[in-house]
Amino acid sequence: MTWVLNNLDLIGRLTVEHLRQSAIPIMLGLALSIPAGWFAFRFRLTRGLLLTFVGLLYTIPSLALFALLPPLLGISFLSEVNLVVALTIYAVAIMTRFVADALASVEPSVRQAAVAVGYGAWQRFWRVDLPLAGPVVLAGLRVTAVSTISLATVGILIGIDNLGYLFTNGYQRQIVPEILAGVVAVVVIALIVDGLLVLAGRALMPWTRKGS
Amino acid sequence: MGLFGDAIAWIFSPDRQTGSLPLSEAIGTHLAFTVVSVLIAAAVAVPAGWLIGHTGRGREVAVALSGAARAVPSFGLVLLLVLVLGVTHKVGASTTAFVLLAIPPILAGAYSGVEAVDRRVVDGARSVGMTPAQVLGKVEVPLGLPLLIGGLRSATLQVVATVTLAGYVGSWGLGFYIVQGIQIRNFAQILGAALVIVVLAVVLDALFAILERLVVPAGVSARRAPEN
Repeated sequence: MTWVLNNLDLIGRLTVEHLRQSAIPIMLGLALSIPAGWFAFRFRLTRGLLLTFVGLLYTIPSLALFALLPPLLGISFLSEVNLVVALTIYAVAIMTRFVADALASVEPSVRQAAVAVGYGAWQRFWRVDLPLAGPVVLAGLRVTAVSTISLATVGILIGIDNLGYLFTNGYQRQIVPEILAGVVAVVVIALIVDGLLVLAGRALMPWTRKGS
Repeated sequence: MGLFGDAIAWIFSPDRQTGSLPLSEAIGTHLAFTVVSVLIAAAVAVPAGWLIGHTGRGREVAVALSGAARAVPSFGLVLLLVLVLGVTHKVGASTTAFVLLAIPPILAGAYSGVEAVDRRVVDGARSVGMTPAQVLGKVEVPLGLPLLIGGLRSATLQVVATVTLAGYVGSWGLGFYIVQGIQIRNFAQILGAALVIVVLAVVLDALFAILERLVVPAGVSARRAPEN
């Protein structure tokens, strides 16, 4: 506990870094998986191909992905871009399946009703399909956010400072409270972000509120 | 693509048969850690999951556990356990971490498999006079197998990735080559080891994909487990 109190500055600084590094992949993951999930939902052929492809991406262990990306993208191995791109790939891998399932969960009769009252394909997607798919998309976003925040710590192995710094630094200096503080901090911010997403979901999708 | 050529050359270099950590030994250790950890986790989580699915009791705890487990950083857990259990027990401490990480997905696969069985089928089994143990063993468990295999699949991939990270605490497994490669700036070694790890993960994933199809009882189509 003393260690934590004496190093609140460090923990705070690393937490901010950590959130910044995680936020980009989570948002990019959502933005990219909506068109990808739509393709997977809309066309039989792309469904199998896309979902198999993202499934394969998801099987790649994180440390191996950090090693594969730099030569493929021509970026530096020890750069933050490497971490952000890797986390984005995992985010897209998780979210695409959720978005495809979410769109498939929309009642076909509702979609037909939207067509009947004159919605074009583009408008119907944004104003009917996506809002109704919202709750399942949100479930996917929550899984993505929590695993991204947890996974970002691996960045310390390629020299990117975030809460993972407390793991390697604590291990080298043999300070158990330091590692524990890192683990607890990651879990706490993951759960806070998860809670914020639930609240955002209620605000944006009032029809999903139960009861009242 | 020169770097990929170097990486392939690294993998097939005769030097990989010798040295402090031969490649075949690293692959063997990596697989051994994975198999042992998943088996221990399964021994705990499968019976517990079946019971939860059969009785419906403790479901909230299991759901909360698998949700919270996703937030726990696996790398931190490994380092924490190694430091707490003592750096002289690295193998045991790391294995403990792998087992802890493998339990939630297996538990989820076991209980959701049993839970997903149509209630009418369970009622039918009861009505022909099956005892609760027979309902579980002859109906719920076989019908829930695809979801259980899905849980084992997630757990295995999670452990393969975490054993890779454990290369930081000991000179074992395929992750060590990457950790060492970063220190000595040997990019051929980093990329070569990464390629071997990817092949290992993809092969294991494919084996489970085949197994998931094989265990579906004839005439039954079951849905696949959600990722993780």
